[in-house]
Amino acid sequence: MTAAALTGEAERAIPAPRRGRATRGAYLVAAICVAVIAVMAAPMALSFLASIKTAADASAVPPHYLPQALSFENYAKVINFQAGLASYVGNSGLVALITIAACIALAAPAGYGLARFAMRGKEIAFLILLAPIMIPYQALLTPLYLDFARLGLVNTHLGLAIVHTILQLPFSVFLMRNSFESIPREIEEAAMVDGCSTWKRFTRIFLPLAVPAIVTVALFAFINSWNEFLAALIVMNRETSFTVPILLVSVQIGNHGAVDWGALQASVVISMIPCIAVYLALQRYYVSGLLSGAVK
Amino acid sequence: MAPALLFVGLFVMIPLGQLVAVSLTDRSLLGGDRFIGFTNYWRIWNDSNFWRALVFTAKYTLILTPILMVLGFLLALLTVENTSLKRVTRTIVFLPVVIGLPSSSLLWFWLLDEQVGLVNKLLVELHVIREPIVWFATAPLAFWAVVMSITWKVVGFGMVLFIAGIQSINPDILEAAVMDGAGYWSRVRLIILPLTRRVLLLTTLISAIGSMLAFDQFYIMTSGGPRGQTFTAVYWIYQNSFISFKLGYGAALSIVLTLIILFFSTMQIALTARSVET
Repeated sequence: MTAAALTGEAERAIPAPRRGRATRGAYLVAAICVAVIAVMAAPMALSFLASIKTAADASAVPPHYLPQALSFENYAKVINFQAGLASYVGNSGLVALITIAACIALAAPAGYGLARFAMRGKEIAFLILLAPIMIPYQALLTPLYLDFARLGLVNTHLGLAIVHTILQLPFSVFLMRNSFESIPREIEEAAMVDGCSTWKRFTRIFLPLAVPAIVTVALFAFINSWNEFLAALIVMNRETSFTVPILLVSVQIGNHGAVDWGALQASVVISMIPCIAVYLALQRYYVSGLLSGAVK
Repeated sequence: MAPALLFVGLFVMIPLGQLVAVSLTDRSLLGGDRFIGFTNYWRIWNDSNFWRALVFTAKYTLILTPILMVLGFLLALLTVENTSLKRVTRTIVFLPVVIGLPSSSLLWFWLLDEQVGLVNKLLVELHVIREPIVWFATAPLAFWAVVMSITWKVVGFGMVLFIAGIQSINPDILEAAVMDGAGYWSRVRLIILPLTRRVLLLTTLISAIGSMLAFDQFYIMTSGGPRGQTFTAVYWIYQNSFISFKLGYGAALSIVLTLIILFFSTMQIALTARSVET
């Protein structure tokens, strides 16, 4: 089941009812679709609208749906919040980058090995690589925190990225293995005949053909790392090492007890935008990754 | 494969062993590392707060999961064909899935606020309620506030999986049913539901495991309150380990939770494995 399945065949999946009753039905279905869109999009749209209100307007009681005047006051506040937005975005970005790199570097060779080599204990290796699915990472945070404290990894990007990699690795291995398995053996055999070494076959033939899977691995690693909260809360406990989700709750808690609603929605928007952007740009990969990760 | 195995060994298997070891001590961040056997586990048995958190988490899971599955399935039926309107609907419904729990929780924390929240404003204007509801003042209302926000946030996940399930049904079967005069809902009941059973089951499991591990939404929206009534299992572990610094006790709690989750995830993997064979 791939993304193609979501775009092919579907017209035939449920045959449309015959005409007559059909048009009224079609209008009803369209109306429901529009209502669903409105309900689902409204919270994000309202959050964006609140973020461009003036600070006073954003905290007005009773509130207004639309900004009374356009203002970037709230964003200006978030940019200068505590250690500064650049620092938080930088932390999140760097952690996500390390996570992406680690997931690809670990999962691609592992997936290749699982897909292409006949060896003893392969099944066991696969089970071990999938084990982190069965053990909630939330449970591992206590020993990991103690280890990180000993190794000096608390409040480091590497430390948090390790936790995020634990979280993403099973899915990544699974995806890479499936992708390598689907590459026809004939291509590999032809390369063998031409005298390609195993390593060369991996880098010259398999990796280029597995680009969609690699993009999917990177995409999921990014989104999940960018949004991960609990480990960030525990591992990154110094103001300068906070990631974006921790910035959000810091804004929520505020300085003097009263919530700065405008700044809060501005920071929510800032944290949502990268996710929405990469999702819309790479939707096809996201959906196919979701399907093969969950259903296959 | 070796680097990946090494990584899992170093950062999953060894910590898992350490977790067991720490759970048998009275270790805390403030000192103390004595071996105390199963004392922590005995304390869990008598820890009414933990059981309350576990029951609360189970209740949350049992109520949220059916809501997500039913709505997700209906949305899948609504948007399964590839017209442009339906594709847009699908994309918009799925959008909240990617934005992250901290963002969505804070978004709803704001929308539901009794003073500046637009949900209250809308409900008052529509004459559904007379006065703004203080959503986070009582446990039942706080519970439903979180359920509402999470439904918005993740309903698209089930929808996408169900759409794939429905689209993988052989169209000839559905056409034959139309020829035989089966109406829309009887096709849904007699063909689509039985043929997507496995996807439904798997999605239910994935969703239930996620709910059993809920933390972010309660930390951000209710802080476990009022009066500790909305602590989830993971939240209670966090509270013990990293707020009260009782690492030994927190580790024992983690083991209990892991065993519970293990039960569900074994089922998930068994189901997945069987589907690969067929």
